[in-house]
Amino acid sequence: MELCSFLTLDSFIKDPLTHDFMRKALLMSSLVAAVCGFLSSYLTLKGWALMGDAVSHSVMPGVVVAYALGLPFSLGAFIFGVGSVALIGFIKQKSRVKEDTVIGLVFTGFFALGIVLVSKIKSNIDLHSILFGSPLGISLSDVKQTIFISLLVVILLSIFRKDLMLYCFDPRHAKTVGINVFFLHYLLLTCLSLAAVVGLQSVGIILVVAMLITPGATAYLLTDKFDNMTVISVLSAIISSLIGIYVSFWFDLETGGSIVLAQTFIFLFAFLFAPRYGIFKLKKLFDGYK
Amino acid sequence: METINYQNFRIEAENICVDYNGKVALYDANLRLKPGQICGLVGMNGAGKTTFFNALTGFVNISKGKIRINGESVRSAQKDQTIAYVPQNEGIDSQFPISVWDVVMMGRYGSMNIFRCPRESDVQAVKDAIERVDLTDHLSTPIGNLSGGQRKRTFLARAIAQRASILLLDEPFSGVDIRTEKLISELFIQFKNEGKTILLSTHDMIHVREFCDLVLLINKTVVAYGETSEVFTPENITTTFGGISPDSLFGPES
Repeated sequence: MELCSFLTLDSFIKDPLTHDFMRKALLMSSLVAAVCGFLSSYLTLKGWALMGDAVSHSVMPGVVVAYALGLPFSLGAFIFGVGSVALIGFIKQKSRVKEDTVIGLVFTGFFALGIVLVSKIKSNIDLHSILFGSPLGISLSDVKQTIFISLLVVILLSIFRKDLMLYCFDPRHAKTVGINVFFLHYLLLTCLSLAAVVGLQSVGIILVVAMLITPGATAYLLTDKFDNMTVISVLSAIISSLIGIYVSFWFDLETGGSIVLAQTFIFLFAFLFAPRYGIFKLKKLFDGYK
Repeated sequence: METINYQNFRIEAENICVDYNGKVALYDANLRLKPGQICGLVGMNGAGKTTFFNALTGFVNISKGKIRINGESVRSAQKDQTIAYVPQNEGIDSQFPISVWDVVMMGRYGSMNIFRCPRESDVQAVKDAIERVDLTDHLSTPIGNLSGGQRKRTFLARAIAQRASILLLDEPFSGVDIRTEKLISELFIQFKNEGKTILLSTHDMIHVREFCDLVLLINKTVVAYGETSEVFTPENITTTFGGISPDSLFGPES
């Protein structure tokens, strides 16, 4: 009986690995998850969830235009991602409209532009794969680009890890001791745009924001140390990706959705059972007092 | 050790104005402080206290006027780690996953290399600073688990570790326990003897009388400035808190 279940688990894991596209999907999605997970600790601590949502949606027209012009899609995504933030800042400064309204307004505008462009350009762009991701159908050129962007983001975040932490924690102190806060702001934005563009291949534009905030939020519930938070965030992102892809393979589910759902379940688990900050633990403490 | 010329001004702010998108937060403000002076910055909420601090640290740009720190620009003061800012407790995210040690180490970032790798001297400076604020038992405690007073001391330690010659403290006495208050007042005396210059904002009139040589009363601009004994009069305080609109024609000229 035990042997039997062992074999089942064994084949559950190993069978998909016989397919080339599955090996590639697992590898690439793990890489993408690691990058997004790394960035995620900064975004959740900085309170940039809405910003992440805005940027990830705003890259849409950039991706479409880049595809149409035969440019690297990361370039288009980057320009529109950073552009959207600049536009948000500009409108906020020049009008009396509140910031969250401006953010919602700008990113939906960009997103709509992207959708209209897709319908007009009528190239071989697969709207479905942009919206919902296609980790099982990543092409070779996409693989190269993804690896390049991922490494770039990881290197940037690693070099400026401590400065970015300080920037998220206390930008005023950073400025006071002569650290270039303006640079760090745009560095984080750049990394956000780049992570969004690699993330969208895994889970699509609509859900990529989950890759950018859920792992960080999960980790935040589990630790009080920044470095641990980053490690947990990266690990939970990778594990979610693997679970999502396996589950989608065996049960024939949408892959992007499965990955994000796996992340959500891990978050809920932490929310309930985190040693210090979980609901369950608090309740137990409370009962202990009675 | 730097030699301190007590005649030179540490802070010189001349007719500075700050506006946020056309909204005036501070105008025609002047301040001159020498080494070893402690100055209280007193005003209502929204009177421009934080803006004044932000202008001195370079966190906001001034639209008019001139600021000199130790005779140099704000930019070079930043590079030289001249100014330390101690935020009020509400001004920081106490749930940030960071320990006392890491916060105090941030005081050294400005003088480290780009990777912010602590050298032997940085580690020593952080240790000493933490010892001076009596938090040695809490080196690795996350700031979220500290009391308000302990958190305040953590940020004081960061300023000490930075070895700044000017300290800006935003409401140093609000929300702290007696022990912390006593420790802060002892530190003030030490800082004064070390020739540091301190500018602190406070609501508390008693603290002004107790610690401050000088007082700067502001309500979007300077209402009164000078020796505490001369300037900190009921009339001036009433004017400062009396809600005289800075936009009205009756600007506090006198």
